[in-house]
Amino acid sequence: MKLITAVVKPFRLDDVRNALAEVGVQGMTVTEVKGFGRQRGHTELYRGAEYVVDFLPKVKVEVALSDDLVERAIEAIIESAKTGKVGDGKIFVTSLDQVYRIRTGETGDQAI
Amino acid sequence: MKTIRNLPCLVLGAACLWPVAGFSQTIDSGDTAWLLTSTALVLFMTLPGLALFYSGLVRSRNVLSVLMQCFAICCVVSLIWVFFGYSLAFGGGSIAGLIGGFDKLWLSGVEVDSVNGTIPETVFVMFQLTFAVITPALIVGGFAERMRFGAMLSFSVLWLVIVYLPVAHWVWGSGGWLAEIGFRDFAGGAVVHINAGVAALVAALVIGNRTGFPTTAMPPHNLTITVAGASMLWVGWFGFNAGSAIAADGSAGMAMLVTHTGAAAGSIAWMTMEWLRFGKPSVLGIVTGMVAGLGTITPASGFVGPMGAVFIGLFAGVICFLATQLIKRKLKIDDSLDVFPVHGVGGFSGILLTAVFSSTALDGRGLDEGVSMGSQLVVQLIGATATLVWCGVATFAILKLIDLVSPLRASPEQENQGLDLALHEERGYII
Repeated sequence: MKLITAVVKPFRLDDVRNALAEVGVQGMTVTEVKGFGRQRGHTELYRGAEYVVDFLPKVKVEVALSDDLVERAIEAIIESAKTGKVGDGKIFVTSLDQVYRIRTGETGDQAI
Repeated sequence: MKTIRNLPCLVLGAACLWPVAGFSQTIDSGDTAWLLTSTALVLFMTLPGLALFYSGLVRSRNVLSVLMQCFAICCVVSLIWVFFGYSLAFGGGSIAGLIGGFDKLWLSGVEVDSVNGTIPETVFVMFQLTFAVITPALIVGGFAERMRFGAMLSFSVLWLVIVYLPVAHWVWGSGGWLAEIGFRDFAGGAVVHINAGVAALVAALVIGNRTGFPTTAMPPHNLTITVAGASMLWVGWFGFNAGSAIAADGSAGMAMLVTHTGAAAGSIAWMTMEWLRFGKPSVLGIVTGMVAGLGTITPASGFVGPMGAVFIGLFAGVICFLATQLIKRKLKIDDSLDVFPVHGVGGFSGILLTAVFSSTALDGRGLDEGVSMGSQLVVQLIGATATLVWCGVATFAILKLIDLVSPLRASPEQENQGLDLALHEERGYII
């Protein structure tokens, strides 16, 4: 099992959600986050006073997956989140030791 | 204001020509209705107009402190006005042209049937009160986000008494020395705008920059309420300038027209300057240009025509924009909400431009008989400079005096926490 953590542009979120649903992903956790990468921040100007905003708003999508779904899910995220411009985000893949479904106590792939 | 100043002469003349009839001032209901309306409009400029305009420009942790300062100033100034403020500004028996007499202390003699010109004196008292309220409220922008509330209140009271009341008397009081030499300030370019601007600059210098200025970002926390407040100022300004005709007549109509024109021209000029300089027109820029245009047209609003107003507004948008860059970016003085570059520079420019655009050749309504543009310009320069110097010196002295008794500034910890929680134990936003 893997945990996929994707940081994407907020306006791509709906597309990412739909693309993941199409490959059979049944749940996800979404968080509004801020950060910077190669896109860096942006500047704002108030009466000529320039402020550099270091942290840009992004959306973090976390999905737990059985191994057979991982490749397809990653492809789906890349395809749906990509705009081709700097700042499209990142995908992190980590292994997942165990998953429990709280209601039934099921574990492993059954619980995803 | 010119109308009232000339009234005694007219009255005297009429009485001599026709002594049998005697003279009694009569109330004109049209004039009275307009002045009642204007009074409400000018109070609306402070609460909520200016209060919202300013509070959107500060960080969210200080939003209430600014609203509170504007509100409290309104209340305390109103009380001083009815106790002795009105008398010292507009009372009879001017003391050497510097300050009004004591005949109207506690508003004695201001009764239901008292008359000033063609309106009840009660209405005149209230109308002028709203000007006395907005002027110290404007200064708040200079020391926003760091001044202790008690010190702010003491400062506002002392400043009103030592600076506002005398200057209002010089310019508008009967026998005021600037009024006597023919100084033209229709609705408060010197009394309100130079005064507030200079006081804000001096206060910013004495109290010091906000912690972190200019390296830390201190962007406005809510430009939406700033734009709402600015728009209220625009509307309220019709009462400020057109009300200053103290009549519902052609002069008031022209004042309203040139006021509106000046605001529009100022907005466009500032927006264009930003667009050229920084590549994008901004909403804060366009509303700041509007305030600059309005502050600059204020002294001129009873004397110039609409084309003069276009020029004055455009000039205001450009000069105030440049002044803002100079004070904040170059000199790094934290006049936090840019009161001096907008109101001080605008008011001063407006006072001088009044001499120029009063000229009938430049679409104006004419200078007094025997007065040339040059000599009027000299008078304007004297009045504006006198206001600037007196206000600067007195503001400095008042702040230093208060600082001896109790600190002007909130502690670094309070400043960091935000004045809302630290000084008022409230938060503006619980979301």
